[in-house]
Amino acid sequence: MSVAERTQGPALSESGLEAHSPLARLQTWLEASATSAFILHAVLVVLFLAIFPLIVSLYVSLSRLQFVPGGFQLTFVGLDNYAKLVVGIDREHFMGRFGEPHPIGWLFFGLVVLSQILLMYRYIRGGNAAVGGAIGRIVTASAITAGAWLIVHTLGPASRPGTVVVTLIYVFAGIVIQYTLGLGLAYLCIQQIPARRFFRVVFLIPMMITPVGIAYLFRMLADTTKGPVYPIWNILGLANTSWVSNPWGARAAVMIGDVWQWTPFMFIVLLAALESQSIEPIEAAVVDGASRWQIFWEITIPTILPVSSTLILIRMIEAFKIVDLPNVLTNGGPGTATESLTLHAYTIWRTLDIGGSAAVAYMLLFMVTFIGVSYANLIRQRLAEA
Amino acid sequence: MKRSRYRSIFTPSPLGMAVTYVVLGVWAFVVLFPLYWLFVTSFKLPIDVNSGPFYIPFVDFKPSLHAWTYILVGDLRNDTFRTYRNTVVVSLASTTLALTFGSAAAYGLTRFKYQPKLGAILMFIGCVVLSIIAVVLGVPWQITVVAAIALFIILLQTIGKRFKRALGNNDIAFWLISQRMLPPVAVVIPIYILFQRLGMLDTWQALIIAYLAANLPIVVWLMRDYFQTIPIELEECAAIDGASYYRSFWSIILPLSLPGLVATFLFVLVFSWNEYLLALFLTNAKAQTLPLTVAAQNATRGPEWWYLSVLILIMIVPVIGMAIALERYIARGLLIGAIKG
Repeated sequence: MSVAERTQGPALSESGLEAHSPLARLQTWLEASATSAFILHAVLVVLFLAIFPLIVSLYVSLSRLQFVPGGFQLTFVGLDNYAKLVVGIDREHFMGRFGEPHPIGWLFFGLVVLSQILLMYRYIRGGNAAVGGAIGRIVTASAITAGAWLIVHTLGPASRPGTVVVTLIYVFAGIVIQYTLGLGLAYLCIQQIPARRFFRVVFLIPMMITPVGIAYLFRMLADTTKGPVYPIWNILGLANTSWVSNPWGARAAVMIGDVWQWTPFMFIVLLAALESQSIEPIEAAVVDGASRWQIFWEITIPTILPVSSTLILIRMIEAFKIVDLPNVLTNGGPGTATESLTLHAYTIWRTLDIGGSAAVAYMLLFMVTFIGVSYANLIRQRLAEA
Repeated sequence: MKRSRYRSIFTPSPLGMAVTYVVLGVWAFVVLFPLYWLFVTSFKLPIDVNSGPFYIPFVDFKPSLHAWTYILVGDLRNDTFRTYRNTVVVSLASTTLALTFGSAAAYGLTRFKYQPKLGAILMFIGCVVLSIIAVVLGVPWQITVVAAIALFIILLQTIGKRFKRALGNNDIAFWLISQRMLPPVAVVIPIYILFQRLGMLDTWQALIIAYLAANLPIVVWLMRDYFQTIPIELEECAAIDGASYYRSFWSIILPLSLPGLVATFLFVLVFSWNEYLLALFLTNAKAQTLPLTVAAQNATRGPEWWYLSVLILIMIVPVIGMAIALERYIARGLLIGAIKG
């Protein structure tokens, strides 16, 4: 039962005030409007600083903004800014240069298509298929297939990935690595060993540092001649090759920074989840002679699945916004090899093509929303129920 | 009791213990080494940095305080203290506001039933779109805003009554949370224009308002789940004794959810303390915050690592201090948020 349903009668008459005095009237009014008073300011703030800018941004992305003396001037150009990204001059930057995929690429693509068909088949055979669910699934499946097509065609030997694929690589590779590391470290940290608290506090630190600072820090560390790893580079015979000139080396450097900063977030939430799991099932399993590995796999993992699914969703949403690391560490280079979508929007902004910048931002927004909603509907629900 | 049972299961064998220590030690090294490098770099002269890696002060190189004096007592002193003060004021103010607004909204969402009419929302969006078009066509924005609000109220009072389809609390919560999905770069241009029109560029207020909007969803989302765990009976007793909603919120709910408030406070504080993109667009010299000062050390001759290190260090020390003090709260606070989503 919610408080709103309770009777409000006695509260005021017992307060000892005259029913018609201004103060009492004010009090009655305050009490009656309490439901709105609690939420209104939050809604207003978000409306004015998120919804309103969002609509303006949509309009800007459909127009060309020029700065003229004393202000700016908007010219409506329709979908031109988007067309530029998908089929026009900015296509190579945004989507990448297409080329014949590597055989492994074809294999990956085949597997993705096959798994989509299998999932769809299982859904239809599962018995409780509905029209809405089916349409949602078809849209998601075709988007995943299109994404896989884009990935294999831009990661082949003669091709080059655009900012879309690079961002997807950062997000998904980053999440897999951070989750695995975070879970492993959290599992080790619940073992009853001395100095646990020391490790827990230390592991938390990177999350607290400003991303710009981390980007500079890693630029300092990654320097092949003045950085601290120089002796190791030297021994490996790599002293004269710079990671900055190799696309995958540069991407790896960005990802190492990202993993360094965000593994703590995974770690701290998973640690709390592991510590709050109930002890009885584990004790029972120990009595039955289960091994540690079995206990971890069969009892611990299912208990932390719901938390993990939300954790991954949060991290995914935040990971799509990556900008500071590639901007400072590699400046998006070599070429555009490490440029994320937000950085892409920012570089276009710097050329004063505000409309184009807004179009890139909107493409990113579509992608995040689509992937986030699909994930929430298809995967998270299943995980949370499991 | 539970503690000892816990201990009996999660005590590793000697070999397991050794492996655990090695792995944890390696990661601790990975975390701490960059910070150590930052620390030693802040005591290096430019020549020490540029002539290759030196690891240990007094052995490899002679430490110097030149960067620290330059930032804290020398030429840059006024700049440093000004940006530091900006950062402290902006992040504390926006975090406090976000916590106040956000926990009130979260309380509302867990205790009352809201039924915003779908039609009313569509009308509102319609009015916004109309007014944007009007402004683009050259109508002064002051007139447009007043006209749009008037139109919306008239519509709401006349047609608005007929709408039946309504949304629920979960929809509002999801809507608020989904604002987090917005890449800041998608909204930064209109926000820039908005503050420019209001004449608030390069002020504390602009940053405080922007961070408030950016962090409100997190607060609502984390605090909502805390409030759900507090039994409703407490408030019912208070209501019988004559307490208003405001009073029971202030003297029952808030004190009971203190751990959650602390965790959320720290979390949001870190976000606004470190924020870069919005600050880059909305501030200039006067209201500049620390992340911008850090980025600004990348001079034309290349980054000045010694100054950078000092700045990053003075920037992270307070946050890390707080993190150490509040470590327990953070874990629990984030967990409860993550369970419910």
